Amino acid sequence: MFDLQWLLIAIPLASGLGLLVWGKEGDRFGHLIGTAASALSFLFGVVLFASLLGKDGEDRSQSTKLFTWIDAGSFHVDMGFTFDQLSGLFVLLITGVGTLIHVYSIGYMAHDERRRRFFAFLNIFIAAMLTLVLASDYLVLFLGWEGVGLASYLLIGFWQHKDSAAAAAKKAFVVNRVGDLGMATGIMLMFSEFGTSSIHAVNGAITSASGSVATALGLLLLLGACGKSAQVPLQSWLLDAMEGPTPVSALIHAATMVTAGVYLVVRSNGIFDASEAARMAVIVVGLVTLLAGAWIGCAKDDIKKALAGSTMSQIGYMMLAAGLGPAGYAFAIFHLITHGFFKANMFLGAGSVMHGMNDDVEMRHYGGLRTFMPITFATFGLGYLAIIGVPPFAGFWSKDKIIEAAFGENFWVGLGALLGAGVTAFYMTRLMIMTFLSEKRWREDVHPHESPKVMTWPLIGLAVLSALGGVLLVSNWITEWLEPLTGHAEHEELAVPAIVLTLIITVVVAIGVFAAVVFYRREPIAAETPADSSVSFFARAGRHELYGNELNDAIVVRPTRHLTRFLVWFDGKGVDGFVTGVADRLGDTSQFLRKPQTGYVRSYALTMFGGVAVLVLALLAVTLA
Amino acid sequence: MNEYITLSLILFTIGSVGVLVRRNAIVVFMCIELMLNATNLAFVSFSRQNGNLDGQVAAFFVMVVAAAEVVVGLSIIVSIYRARRSASVDEASLLKS
Repeated sequence: MFDLQWLLIAIPLASGLGLLVWGKEGDRFGHLIGTAASALSFLFGVVLFASLLGKDGEDRSQSTKLFTWIDAGSFHVDMGFTFDQLSGLFVLLITGVGTLIHVYSIGYMAHDERRRRFFAFLNIFIAAMLTLVLASDYLVLFLGWEGVGLASYLLIGFWQHKDSAAAAAKKAFVVNRVGDLGMATGIMLMFSEFGTSSIHAVNGAITSASGSVATALGLLLLLGACGKSAQVPLQSWLLDAMEGPTPVSALIHAATMVTAGVYLVVRSNGIFDASEAARMAVIVVGLVTLLAGAWIGCAKDDIKKALAGSTMSQIGYMMLAAGLGPAGYAFAIFHLITHGFFKANMFLGAGSVMHGMNDDVEMRHYGGLRTFMPITFATFGLGYLAIIGVPPFAGFWSKDKIIEAAFGENFWVGLGALLGAGVTAFYMTRLMIMTFLSEKRWREDVHPHESPKVMTWPLIGLAVLSALGGVLLVSNWITEWLEPLTGHAEHEELAVPAIVLTLIITVVVAIGVFAAVVFYRREPIAAETPADSSVSFFARAGRHELYGNELNDAIVVRPTRHLTRFLVWFDGKGVDGFVTGVADRLGDTSQFLRKPQTGYVRSYALTMFGGVAVLVLALLAVTLA
Repeated sequence: MNEYITLSLILFTIGSVGVLVRRNAIVVFMCIELMLNATNLAFVSFSRQNGNLDGQVAAFFVMVVAAAEVVVGLSIIVSIYRARRSASVDEASLLKS
């Protein structure tokens, strides 16, 4: 049965490509086919996962080779897939959350005349993402990696008639290229060092390679992960990516694609275990991003951008956990899954709110929506409780474990993660208050209403998952499930008992919530964003995304522009100048040589006589001398 | 012996100056003949001086070439005159830059 795992990918791919070439008559049922393809893939994934559960620990990695992709001398790549504990979880997350989002999109995109194409792109994304997680070779993984990049580009720019959407899509693509450069270089390095890019072989051979190779590989893969997962310093594209339709933000830019970087690090655990430096780099990147994302989330008034900052921050948590080594891999994946549930839930909730508010994203124009959108409010509320980490919701279990593991690594890393938890509570409470509570600040002609059932049912499904996601941790199931892949870690003894730490985390979260309540309930919220000059430095920096775009402009964009201008100048004046200069000088010489050609016979004769005279004199001089 | 050479030089100089300064094509042509004959004279003189026939053979060659040249040259001059109604070499200066 596992030999058929390629069907997981083939079904949505065939559906996606079919929908693209189908004519106008496909518009009537294209969305249903797209959703059915995703659901079918999900059902097959469940069947495979169930049969994986029935096997022994050793048998749980089921590889299959579809065909030989490249065979040139010593360069050999198989188109192979591996369904194991890790990719199994991902298959369920991608197709499961993916299917719910497909269903939601039927309602959300109902009035878009290009809905069939939207579903085709979503299907292609699912197929590419499944290729990414099922691949048993880094080159096949790269295929999926680029595939999700393409799907992300197409979907961010889906409303391409808006300049901002087209620009955002381009930006996401370009920034991702930087990361992909790291990935591609990493794969080349694998080929030159080990002669193979098979994930299993590389991670097995790394222990016998020199430490510098492991570090280089780790850093290159981390660069790739930073690009895909919007980690500092390649984070700038994620907030702009919110230009895409909201289901896209939920599926690609919250639940699945942006977590591909975390998957890559966990999947390459052999490489990161072999290099302390690369592991440290992952921790630093994760920690910086989790604080930066939280900071940005606090200051944005655009509901989707606030959530995007939060996504950055939560992926920072996962990265941090993945950098902790065997102690953290399982928790990184655990948080990834629970985050996939609650963040997709909240993004879809935000989409539902926008749907009722004439596609306004400005939270300052919301307020008091609790009674008008009860289902959206309730499901969003569950997601909120999950993300800030209120027991017993999903986020509490996963975040708690990560912070605990971070304290096990280093006190300061743990403190940073703890601070992040407090800030998360602050900005999410702020979002809740501005959107659902507080007084109405609506624009004119806005009539908020609850979304249709086709949109609320996926919300309810995801809300239930957000609430119950923590069951994966019951009797350490997920840690033991992933242990054959990630290796066993001795439990670090902390200075304080785990239960005390949990209490501390809960108190920090409560402080965050309390601060937000005090801050935003004390006085009415302005219906317009206050001017930059009237807010504190922190809010100003957060609004400008910590000046990330300005920094990129200063470091990369402007120097590149100058270089381009110099090259244009050099090409015009230098290269062209040389070529045309040679031609011009030849012309000038010809002009000069033309002068003696007067057409008078006597002048020619005189020249001849003169020449002969000189010749004779020269001969005489030679003979006499 | 030097007298012959001197005469040859004088004739050659007259011929070359004529080629350079005269405008009438016929006169220029005659001057060229004068130069050729000056050379012939020199050839013959040197032949006599050296006591062999090399120079005289060369003189015959020059005469043959001169005869052929007269045929071609005169016919060119005549056709130019027919076309332009003038035998001035300065007026036949179309082939200039």
